[in-house]
Amino acid sequence: MTSTFPLEGVPHGTTIVALTYPGGVVMAGDRRATAGNMIAQRDIEKVFATDEFSVVGIAGAAGLAIELVRTFQVELEHYEKMEGAPLSVEGKANRLSTLLRSNLAMAMQGLAVVPLFAGYDPRGSNGRIFSYDVTGGRYEEHSFFAVGSGSVFARGSLKKLYRSDLTQDEAVTACVEALYDAADDDSATGGPDLFRRIYPIVVAVDGDGDRKFSESEMAEFVHRVVNARSTSPDGPTADLPTSRGDSK
Amino acid sequence: MTMPFYVAPEQLIKDKADYARKGIGRGRSVIVLQYADGIAFVAENPSRALHKISEIYDRIAFAAVGKYNEFENLRQAGVRFADMRGFAYDRSDVTSRSLANAYAQTLGNVFTEAPKPYEVEIVVAEVGSEASDDQLYRLTFDGSVADEHGFVAMGGSADAISAALADHWNDDLNLPAAVRLAVKELSKNSASAGEPNGESRILTAEELEVAVLDRNRPRRKFKRIVGNQLTELLSP
Repeated sequence: MTSTFPLEGVPHGTTIVALTYPGGVVMAGDRRATAGNMIAQRDIEKVFATDEFSVVGIAGAAGLAIELVRTFQVELEHYEKMEGAPLSVEGKANRLSTLLRSNLAMAMQGLAVVPLFAGYDPRGSNGRIFSYDVTGGRYEEHSFFAVGSGSVFARGSLKKLYRSDLTQDEAVTACVEALYDAADDDSATGGPDLFRRIYPIVVAVDGDGDRKFSESEMAEFVHRVVNARSTSPDGPTADLPTSRGDSK
Repeated sequence: MTMPFYVAPEQLIKDKADYARKGIGRGRSVIVLQYADGIAFVAENPSRALHKISEIYDRIAFAAVGKYNEFENLRQAGVRFADMRGFAYDRSDVTSRSLANAYAQTLGNVFTEAPKPYEVEIVVAEVGSEASDDQLYRLTFDGSVADEHGFVAMGGSADAISAALADHWNDDLNLPAAVRLAVKELSKNSASAGEPNGESRILTAEELEVAVLDRNRPRRKFKRIVGNQLTELLSP
């Protein structure tokens, strides 16, 4: 989300990825915010646990997006305290949709906010992902999804890495790989910065609640991915189907 | 035209206070007490749905006795007050002191203005990073506020329970010891736990509502203790 915006001076966030695994969902975001072709901030956080069992990642105008998340967090907690029970996953997703729609006028002027929502659903004991458009349209995604300027590359990457039986650690690794691929081809997405120790923000939610991976935990994941890339810079490769019926 | 009878203000206030006290005295008791890692709330409450103890904000919780609809009204107003404040300013700007003040205003106004006072007594508790930073405010039906230390008992047998706690409570009790002490005193003074021979049985997990503000938890310090966790805590 770079120079296509009329308000070039306003910082924008970039790539968010999410991936389900049996019993949960993991979401990751890069750390770059851009204002036009300038890097506005290299260690911004764009993935937030919104309550114990849900997480939101944001792409688009950073100021509005962070305010949107703050409002959303308060609303979820407020509902939970008032009613004595949390909202359902669909309830949370719908609420975010309404909040987003109230920002439509700003979006029409170029200040779009595009969140990605993921939550743990206790009814099916699984993780679920919802994507949005600027009009508040809410779409449930299956298995994995990415939003933001580098999302095209990240989604391609996730498509080749996703399996339905990933462990939580494998899911985190897949997210780091996808963000690496996004940063590789999108100038507005930041890659991991090993010297400054700036790694993607990763939050997983499952039946035990939300868990934000610490800097030292992420260092391990990132170093493993980056080391592997030193021998194969394009990352893991997928197997092609065996050719021309030469099976014996 | 008939003239209304003259009632002295002293008499009016006394009548209202007696009325409120009678309402509160009928209810089952709640104990709020500090322990080594925070503040524990123990209530005799057989209902799983209608709580006497609730979370207000990150470090703040609420306990009440009396008429359910009246204190539920106050609880919701408290949650609204805290969430609005925390959103407008910062989470650290929500304090039990300002909340206790707001409650005191409401209760005071209702006591003097409304035809009938609220038949409630509430505690607003805030857990600090150390025991010396913990705050306990007790608010009564007429809006008076008391800054308490250590423990508070409210409800029907508040005086008897307070007297017993004064003898047995100390500030380095661990959680199981604090909860068991509270349950023992609640049981002794409970109508439903009384046996025909004058003895009393110990209240069971099904008859209790227990929660803590645990200073070692992350952001939201409030936690309900239910099910197996509560049974384990109560078994010596």
